[in-house]
Amino acid sequence: MTPLDSTQLAPVMAVNDHDHGADHGSPTQIGFWIYLMSDCIIFGALFATYAVLGGRYAGGPGPLDLFEPEFVAVETALLLFSSVTFGLAMLQAVKGNLNRTLVWLAVTGVLGAGFIGMELYEFRHLIHIGAGPDRSAFLSAFFALVGTHGLHVTGGIIWLVTLMVQIKMHGLIDANMRRLVTLSMFWHFLDLIWIGVFSFVYLVRLV
Amino acid sequence: MSIETISPLFGRLSLDWIPYQEPILVGTFAAVAVGGFAVLVLMTYYGLWGSFWRDWVTSVDHKKIGIMYMVLGFIMMVRGFADALMMRAQQALAAGGAEGYLPQHHFDQVFTAHGVIMIFFVAMAFVTGIMNFVMPTQIGARDVAFPFLNNFSFWMTVAGALLVNISLFVGEFARVGWLAFPPLSGASFSTGPGMDYYLWSLQIAGVGTTLSGINLIATIVKMRAPGMKMMDMPVFTWTALATNVLIVAAFPVLTATLALLTLDRYFGMHFFTNDFGGNPMMYINLIWIWGHPEVYILIIPIFGVISEVVATFSGKPLFGYKTMVWATACIMVLSFIVWLHHFFTMGSGANVNTFFGITTMIIAVPTGVKIFNWLFTMYKGRVRLELPMYWTIGFLVTFTIGGMTGVLLAVPPVDFQLHNTLFLVAHFHNVIIGGVVFGVYAAVTYWWPKAFGFKLNDTWGKRSFWFWFVGFYFAFMPLYALGLMGVTRRINQYPDPAWQPYFIIAAFGAVLILLGILSTFIGFYVSVRDRKALACGGDPWNARTLEWATQSPPAPYNFPHDIQVRGRDEFWRMKQDGFVWSTAYQPIHMPKGTATGVYIAGFALVFGFAMVWYIWWLATLSFVAMVAIGIGHTFNYNRDYYIPAQDVAATEAKGAVT
Amino acid sequence: MLAKTHNGHGAAKDHGTMAQLMIGFGLAALLTIIPFVLIIAEVAIARTTLIGIIMGLGAVQIVVHLVYFLHVNRSTEQGWTLFASIFAVLILVIVLAGSLWVMRNMNENMMPMHDMDHMTSLQSQQG
Repeated sequence: MTPLDSTQLAPVMAVNDHDHGADHGSPTQIGFWIYLMSDCIIFGALFATYAVLGGRYAGGPGPLDLFEPEFVAVETALLLFSSVTFGLAMLQAVKGNLNRTLVWLAVTGVLGAGFIGMELYEFRHLIHIGAGPDRSAFLSAFFALVGTHGLHVTGGIIWLVTLMVQIKMHGLIDANMRRLVTLSMFWHFLDLIWIGVFSFVYLVRLV
Repeated sequence: MSIETISPLFGRLSLDWIPYQEPILVGTFAAVAVGGFAVLVLMTYYGLWGSFWRDWVTSVDHKKIGIMYMVLGFIMMVRGFADALMMRAQQALAAGGAEGYLPQHHFDQVFTAHGVIMIFFVAMAFVTGIMNFVMPTQIGARDVAFPFLNNFSFWMTVAGALLVNISLFVGEFARVGWLAFPPLSGASFSTGPGMDYYLWSLQIAGVGTTLSGINLIATIVKMRAPGMKMMDMPVFTWTALATNVLIVAAFPVLTATLALLTLDRYFGMHFFTNDFGGNPMMYINLIWIWGHPEVYILIIPIFGVISEVVATFSGKPLFGYKTMVWATACIMVLSFIVWLHHFFTMGSGANVNTFFGITTMIIAVPTGVKIFNWLFTMYKGRVRLELPMYWTIGFLVTFTIGGMTGVLLAVPPVDFQLHNTLFLVAHFHNVIIGGVVFGVYAAVTYWWPKAFGFKLNDTWGKRSFWFWFVGFYFAFMPLYALGLMGVTRRINQYPDPAWQPYFIIAAFGAVLILLGILSTFIGFYVSVRDRKALACGGDPWNARTLEWATQSPPAPYNFPHDIQVRGRDEFWRMKQDGFVWSTAYQPIHMPKGTATGVYIAGFALVFGFAMVWYIWWLATLSFVAMVAIGIGHTFNYNRDYYIPAQDVAATEAKGAVT
Repeated sequence: MLAKTHNGHGAAKDHGTMAQLMIGFGLAALLTIIPFVLIIAEVAIARTTLIGIIMGLGAVQIVVHLVYFLHVNRSTEQGWTLFASIFAVLILVIVLAGSLWVMRNMNENMMPMHDMDHMTSLQSQQG
C-alpha cells in the first residue's frame, strides 16, 4: 500500500487552506437565523401566556375598554413602512451606494422611534387610567408581550445607530455588510412578530 | 411586599443577612476562603497569572473552553454533592420524632441548591464542555463558528454559578425546590432574596447556554470538513446537533417563564399569583415545556459518547448508524410532547393524561433501539475493557433500569400513587447518575488522553468506577422501596422509625459515592504526577473518528491541513490508507483571544447581585456597562490573525516525537 | 459541496430585488388593511368567522414576510434556514396548542363552579 499524504487527498486544500472562511461561507447568517428562531419561541411562550390568561380581567378593564384599533393601525403602518425602508437601504447597500444606504437607514430608525414613542404613550395612558400591568392577569400578559416586542425594537434602534456609525467609519466593507444583513433580518423579524401582536393581541379581542 | 427597609445605597442588603450565627456556613466559608487564598498565593508564587489570563480566561479556543466547562462542572459537583451528603445525613438521623441537625429552612435551601446546581451547573456544564471539546475536532474544524461568543457563553455560565454560591454567604438561597413552583416562589410566600438569587443566576447562565447552543449548531452546519456529508458525521456530532437544537428550542421557554415570575415578584404583576386572575398552573405547564426537553439535553450527548466508546473499544463500526441517527431525531421531537407527565396529578382530564402517558411510553422505543445498537456493536467485537468501557457498561445496566422505572411512572394511575414520592427521586437519579454521570465519566476517561496527552491512572479510575457504581445502588435502591411505602420527597424529618434503616443504607451509599469522587480526584492527581509514564500518542485507543487524527493535546489549529472527508469513520480509513500529513504547511487563519466576554459576564454578575438586593443604582450602572462593552466590542474589526507556516511546521514537528 | 459566497456584496439574490420588496409591501399592506377595516368599520360577520379571518390573514401575512422580506426559500444555506423555520413553527404550535389544551382541560376540571363561565370563553368581554 502506498502511503498517501494529505496533499494528495485534498488537491484544492493548498489553495484554500489560508482562509477557511472562503471554503465554507460565513456562518453569521445561519447562526443569526437560529437565534431569531429561538427568540421567536420566547415570543411563543408569551403568546401562549396571553392566550391562557388573556380572559382573566379580575373585575378590571378588558380589551373593549382599552384598545383603539385606529391607534394600533398607525403603529402597524409605521413598522411596515420601516420594514420597506430597511429593504430599500439594503438594496442601496448591495449597489455600494453609501450615502443613500445611510439615508434609508436613518428613515428606518425614525419610523422605529415613532413606533416606540406611540407604544410608550399607550403604556403611560393605560397605567394612568388604572389599567397598569399589576391590575389583572390579562393586563400583565398584555404588557409583557407587547413590552418585550417594544424592547426588541428599542434594541434594534440602538444597533441601527451603532451600525450607521460603523458604516460611516469603514464604509460598506464585508464585515459591515454582514452586520447589515443580520440587522435587516432582525428588523423584518420584529415586523413579523408584530403581525401576531396586532392580530392576536388587539384585533381578535375587539371582535 | 415586605416591611424591610430599602436603603438607597445598599438596597435591602444589611449585616443581618450575613449568616455568621450558622456554624456550618461559617465553617464552609472559612474553608473556601483559606482554599481560595492558598490558590491565589500559589498562582502568584509560580507567576501563573499572566498565562492564566492569556491562555485560558481570554482564550477563544474551543478545546480550552471545553476543558474550563469540565473544571466548572467538577467544582460545582463538589458543592452539589456536599448538599446531597447533608440531606442524606439529616434523613438518616431525623426519624421517629428526632429533629436531626438541619432546621427546616436550611434543609429546604439545601435541596433546592442541590437540584439547581446539579442540573444547571454540573450536568449542563459537563455536556457543554464535552460538546465544545470534541465536536469541532470530530468534524475536522479549527474552531466553532463564533469563537468569541463561545468564550462569552462560558463566562456567563460561570457568572450564574458564582451568583448561586454567593447566596451561601450573603443572604440565603431559595427554599422552593429546583423548579420553584409558584405560588410558593411568588412574592407573597418567598419574601427574602433567596428566590431572587435563583431567578437571576438561572437567567444569566441561561444566556450563555442559549448562545452556546446557537453557536454549536452553526458550527455543525457550516464548519464541517470538505466532503463530510451529514450522514458521514460521527454519532456524537449528531447527538450534539440534536442537543443544541433542543437547547435553542427549549431554553427560550425557560427564559420567558422565569422572566414572567420575575415580573410577578418585582412589579407585582399577576401571571402566577392566586389573586387578580393569575394562574400558578400556567407556570408549571410552561416550566415543564422546557423541563422535559432539558433532561434530553443532558442525556442525548451521552448517547453519542457511549456510541463512540462502544465502537472504538469493540474495534467495529457502530452497529446501525442510521437507526442511531433516526432514533436521536425521534427522541428530539418526542421530547417536546411529553411534558405533562410531570404533572399528571394536577387535574387534567383522562384524555390529556392518556395522550401524554402514551407519548411518554413511545419515547422509550427509540431509546431501546439505541441500547440494542450498542449491545450489537459489542456482539462479536473484540471488546477491550479499558476504563471508558467500564463506565459504558455501568451506564448500560443502570440507565436501562432507570428507563424502565420511568416507563412505570408514565402510566398515569401508577403516577398518582408515586407522584412526589422518593420513588420518583430514585428514578431520576437512576437516569441522571446512571446515564449522565456515568456517561460523563466515560467521556472524561475516553477523551482525557486527547486533551492532555497522557492516559488516566487505571487503578484509581477503576476504584472510582466501583465506588460510584456500587454506591449508586446502595444510595438509591432503598429510595425506590421508601417511595413505594409512600414516603414523600423533600421531608426533613419523619415519624415512622421503620423507615430509618432504608435511609441509613442510602446514606451509606452516599458515602461510597463520596469515596468514588475522592478516587476521581486522586486519580487526576496521580495521573498528572505520572504523566511521563502515562504519555500516549495522538491515537491511544485505536479510534475511528477525526479528533484522533490530531496531536494529543491538539495544536491550537487542530489540523495542519483541511481534511478531505470521504465517508463515515474517516480516521479509520486514513489509517488503513497509511495516511501522513503533508509537510507543505500554509499559514493558518485563527481568531484572536479577547477579554470582552469575561468583562461582560463580570458585569452581569454584578447586575444579578444588585437586582437580588434591590441596589438599583448598581444594577443600572452594571447593565449600562454590559451594553457599552458589548457595543464597544463591535468597533473592533481586527479579530483574527495568521499562524505563520514555520510555526505550524515547528508545532507539528514537536508533536510528532510523542 | 458547500456553496460559495464570494463576499458580502456578491449575494445580491439573497437580499432580494426592488420588485420583490414592492410585491411584499403591496401584499403586506393589503393583508394588514383588511382586518383593520373589518374591525374599525364593524362589519357584520359571525364572531367565529371574523376571528378565523383575522387569524388566517395574519398567518398568510407572516408567510408573505418570510418569503418577500426575509427571503426564506429552499436554497438559502442549503435549506437549513427553511428547516430551522419549520422546526420553530412546529415547536410554536406545540407550545401554543399544547398550553391551551392542557390549561383549558385543567380549568374545566379544577375550577370551582362559579368561576366556570368566567373561564370557559377566552374571548368573553365583561369589562
